[in-house]
Amino acid sequence: MRTSPFPISPVIPRSQVVLLSAIAIAGLLAACASRIDDYFALIISNIGINIILAVSLNLINGYTGQFSLGHAGFMAVGAYTAAAITMFAGPKFAPALTQGAGIHVLFPLALVGGGLAAALAGMLVGAPSLRLKGDYLAIVTLGFGEIIRVIFRNVDSLGGALGLNGIPAYTNLFWVYAFAALTVYVVVSLVNSTYGRGFLAVHDDEIAAEAMGINTTHYKITAFVVGAFFAGVAGGLYGHSILTIAPTGFDFMRSIEIVVMVILGGMGNTTGVIIAAVLLTLLPEGLRMLAGAPVSLPFSAPFNNLKWIAETRMIIYSLLVIVLMLARPQGMFSWTKRTATKPGS
Amino acid sequence: MASAAPFASPRELSERPVYQPSTPQLSTLLTEFLQQLINGLSLGAIYALIALGYTMVYGVLRFINFAHSDVFMVGSFAGFYIGRGMPKESFATGFLALAGAMVVCALLGVTIERLAYRPLRNRSKLTVLITAIGVSLLLENLGQFIFGAAPKAFPTLFPVHTFNVAGLVIGSNQIVVLVVALALLGALQYIVLRTKVGTAMRAVSFNPQAASLVGINNDRIISFTFALGSALAAAGGILYSLNYQAIDPLMGVLPGLKAFVAAVLGGIGNIPGAALGGLLIGVIETFVNGSRFSTFTDAIAFAILIGILLFRPAGLLGKLQVEKV
Repeated sequence: MRTSPFPISPVIPRSQVVLLSAIAIAGLLAACASRIDDYFALIISNIGINIILAVSLNLINGYTGQFSLGHAGFMAVGAYTAAAITMFAGPKFAPALTQGAGIHVLFPLALVGGGLAAALAGMLVGAPSLRLKGDYLAIVTLGFGEIIRVIFRNVDSLGGALGLNGIPAYTNLFWVYAFAALTVYVVVSLVNSTYGRGFLAVHDDEIAAEAMGINTTHYKITAFVVGAFFAGVAGGLYGHSILTIAPTGFDFMRSIEIVVMVILGGMGNTTGVIIAAVLLTLLPEGLRMLAGAPVSLPFSAPFNNLKWIAETRMIIYSLLVIVLMLARPQGMFSWTKRTATKPGS
Repeated sequence: MASAAPFASPRELSERPVYQPSTPQLSTLLTEFLQQLINGLSLGAIYALIALGYTMVYGVLRFINFAHSDVFMVGSFAGFYIGRGMPKESFATGFLALAGAMVVCALLGVTIERLAYRPLRNRSKLTVLITAIGVSLLLENLGQFIFGAAPKAFPTLFPVHTFNVAGLVIGSNQIVVLVVALALLGALQYIVLRTKVGTAMRAVSFNPQAASLVGINNDRIISFTFALGSALAAAGGILYSLNYQAIDPLMGVLPGLKAFVAAVLGGIGNIPGAALGGLLIGVIETFVNGSRFSTFTDAIAFAILIGILLFRPAGLLGKLQVEKV
């Protein structure tokens, strides 16, 4: 335990104080939710879900230096499992939990169930990562994501290709931000613990880490399992927020979106990744609003309404990725330099 | 990716005999088998053409060019616009469209390499990989912006004729696909093994530092490799579109990934391996598509990929390289 010159609490460690206050803020936010416009509440909730996704992917891609392109697949596993629990298993085995205050027990159980199912999938993906690295691993995780999608498309009891409709609207701001706080807490404390130095060692130099007696396999699988768990939780929150899920919603592009958040924030920089998740969730919404608003600019009749922004939004987005990689591969929000990038690594 | 492209066009699908779980005659089974084999080989030949681009770029630069599948898409669209301008389909115009698209894509490939990848030489592999994904997204989105997101009907570039040989139905397009693919594979093999620039390519792939020490201009060879690979992808794109008959800006994603799997299956960096892998993936996929597991077709390539990486990571024809510390 690090001793701070200004101990906040003599009993509870500092990081846990932060976690508890974050959960309290989440509760406060949820209490005000009824006063917020529905549209903004949805955006705020999406921000929280994206924070969970980006921070959990950062553990795999950033801190441990593996390259996963299958985060949407884990999300899908979590979303479907959680929805199956609240829609089918809950009413069947514990009908009392589906009404009134019972949903406050059922829903977190469903989220954790979704997370555990995703963690299991993470373990399956982590296993090939024993021998693969870099671009091979990227392709394998991408393939896993696609296989998961194809499987869900063929399970008729979960809606098949049409998807699952009529998921109960259990997600609220409290659950989203409580789990976001928990994700950040777990990832940060894991990486900063003595045990967690192993993740960074695997990232920096796998061979040297192995020579030092670090069980790199163990660390890689742990990263995948923990990352997938939270992706599954995020999937559950997402499903109970948009109320209908289909296999097409968890495709390769969704994974890329999360990867871009991690890159923009800076791999292995949790604060940066959170900022990036917030910005990249707001960006499309902001552009959509801009595109809808007529603006009168002098001397530029064709640009009077900013519709072109809506059309070129994705082009700008992909250019952003390329330019970022050429100019600032360490991410927009990484100011301290880590000299981990070496040629040919 | 939304249109999880089956190889057969909707028209062909409706004509295809429905799977019947009765016990058919042996001769019918054999005919069915041969028919699927022919369909599979012509699909596999296209995968092989795309896979060669992945494998050659991997050979010289050691990274997966994610944008390759979108170069394939651009090749189809180039063929579409050239073919639409042609008065009437004949073999001459067909080959003209093919050659035109190959030139367009070769230029595109060289441009991508020059602008996006060359500044990243000697950077971390992950940076290059992410840039490649970015270039791929850029091409897809530019494609949607310029060509429109709706699928377009691909013109019949070559005269269409259907042959019936001993109960087998062989389309002239399938013959064109096989002949063109074989000719291009032969040409590539000649370039790589018999010409000066091919020797230089192999040298760069073997050891870039030593290659530049003996006077090889690495950058020029890498550009040439991109041009060659992209031209093959364009040919693959046109041949694919001839059979699939509808093209859209996201058409490259799935064939691209499967071709990559083919390259890994054959042993990445190995040219005959890529051809073999492409044919195998095409045949396996066609057989799965014809069976009752047809809804799992898109997953089969990835299942093969995971299997091969677990049990024979060097690929069928590849040699395992020892990592030096």
